[in-house]
Amino acid sequence: MYSQGLIGSGDQTTETPKFLAAFQARIDADEKIEPNDPMPAAYRKTLIRQIGQHAHSEIIGMLPEGNWITRAPTLRRKAALLAKVQDEGGHGLYLYSAAETLGVSRKQMTEELVSGRAKYSSIFNYPTQTWADIGAIGWLVDGAAIMNQVPLCRCSYGPYARAMIRVCKEESFHQRQGYEIMLKLAEGSPAQKEMAQDALNRWWWPSLMMFGPPDGASEHSDQSTRWKIKRFTNDELRQKFVDATVPQAQRLGLSLPDPALAWNEAGGRYDYGEIDWDEFWAVVKGHGPLNKARVAARKKAWEDGAWVREAALAHAKKRAARQSVAIAAE
Amino acid sequence: MPPALVAALIGLADDHLILGHRLSEWCGHAPMLEEDLAMPNIALDLIGQARGLYTYAGELEGAGRDEDALAFGRLERAYRNLLICELPNGDFAHTMLRQFYFASFMQLFWQEVESSTDATLAAIAAKAVKESQYHRRHCAEWVIRLGDGTDESARRMEEAVTLLAPYAGEFFIADPEACGAVAAGVLPETQALQHAWQADVEQVFVAAKLAPPEAVYAQKGGRRGLHTEAMGHLLAQLQFMQRSFPDMTW
Repeated sequence: MYSQGLIGSGDQTTETPKFLAAFQARIDADEKIEPNDPMPAAYRKTLIRQIGQHAHSEIIGMLPEGNWITRAPTLRRKAALLAKVQDEGGHGLYLYSAAETLGVSRKQMTEELVSGRAKYSSIFNYPTQTWADIGAIGWLVDGAAIMNQVPLCRCSYGPYARAMIRVCKEESFHQRQGYEIMLKLAEGSPAQKEMAQDALNRWWWPSLMMFGPPDGASEHSDQSTRWKIKRFTNDELRQKFVDATVPQAQRLGLSLPDPALAWNEAGGRYDYGEIDWDEFWAVVKGHGPLNKARVAARKKAWEDGAWVREAALAHAKKRAARQSVAIAAE
Repeated sequence: MPPALVAALIGLADDHLILGHRLSEWCGHAPMLEEDLAMPNIALDLIGQARGLYTYAGELEGAGRDEDALAFGRLERAYRNLLICELPNGDFAHTMLRQFYFASFMQLFWQEVESSTDATLAAIAAKAVKESQYHRRHCAEWVIRLGDGTDESARRMEEAVTLLAPYAGEFFIADPEACGAVAAGVLPETQALQHAWQADVEQVFVAAKLAPPEAVYAQKGGRRGLHTEAMGHLLAQLQFMQRSFPDMTW
């Protein structure tokens, strides 16, 4: 019953205060909510939106990295990149499955994506121009994803929380792999080091933007926090990421493209410069360098593959029909 | 014998690298998410097999060429892969039929290599035979699904059969560089595998309701470095980093 119109539908609820209080009590007691449990429509809707966007991000994220599979510099790097991109597709698959437990189908979600209506992580709207971008994405983008996702392993919705445990393990491996690519470049020739620095310059700010708008500007945070879907604010997670990443950049001997970056002794953290929120909102609204190309690539794959999916379905029906005839004849 | 065996192993490794390259082009563009996972997964196995073969060929050669020097450091005429491996992907029917032909052949090939007199190759084969069995099954299922699916999928599969017919024969043309290795029981004689391969293809085609491929003039030359025009473009991508930044560590 929830499968229609949930994405982008109105939020009116018919739940009684008693029902909502009982649900909140389960959340407060750290109970996991499972697919067949009663839940407020808005909780379901929020999760469908969040898990759907998360799944879409994994799928769109295959494109910028896939861009370098055929050009990877060594066979070892090629194999690792293939495995990594395949992992991202796998994350998409189990996130779509987690969303399906809430009553939305993968087909619906895919149609949302290829129509350009669905949102996904904006960082994938930037191009991967050099091999170092593959290192920078693993290090920074997967690093930022881990900051966001580790708390989701304790999210109140059981299927999402469980999916995230495996996703986080793999992301952690990807992050180390990306850092190792950067390390090799940083230790390499001047051309390699320059490539690494250039990639860091281009990916640093979009990585900080991955945590979303600053606290106060995020419309979904408060209710998500009460429901234990979200455990930290955008700015808290962004700060954790900066504090973890600055020493890693220093170890590489690369500089972060932020003149305002400085250790704050009193606060025990790094202060950083102003993020260009105009750029962030422009990319979110579809004006990033590759928004249209990313969606178009997935749309093409979906449309070009329609005959394959139809054939698989037709064949399955034929087999089932033959089997029932055979059983009837016995 | 090593130089000829080296060339034969490089040819075999090239088959796997080049076909793996083609398959990896599908990553992110497949008809369904399951195939976005399956095709890179098969590509990963093929590249893994290529690495084992290149490394061993480099050791036997003893000229200091490692897997990357062999994979990336040659000119087009020195690549010895079968032509079927380098053909552009075409549609999903073409990709799956090609992969089925190759996997069916390699499964038979690796089964023989498992009892090779060369222990290293026997060890490579022990792993590869399991992988090629899985690839064969996955791709044969698609050939059947598409051949016996909708009118459109059947038509596309028939087209793929026609397009690939001239290239399947090259599997069974003896590689002159492999003659010594065949005589020494190191590598199998590919011609001897033809009957079993045809039987496998026929059995799958019956299930797929596909007419068997017509006997046509076989295109050949891959093992002598005589490639299609698609090959140079493939290598331009494959070798881009090594050509742009020679002699660096990645």
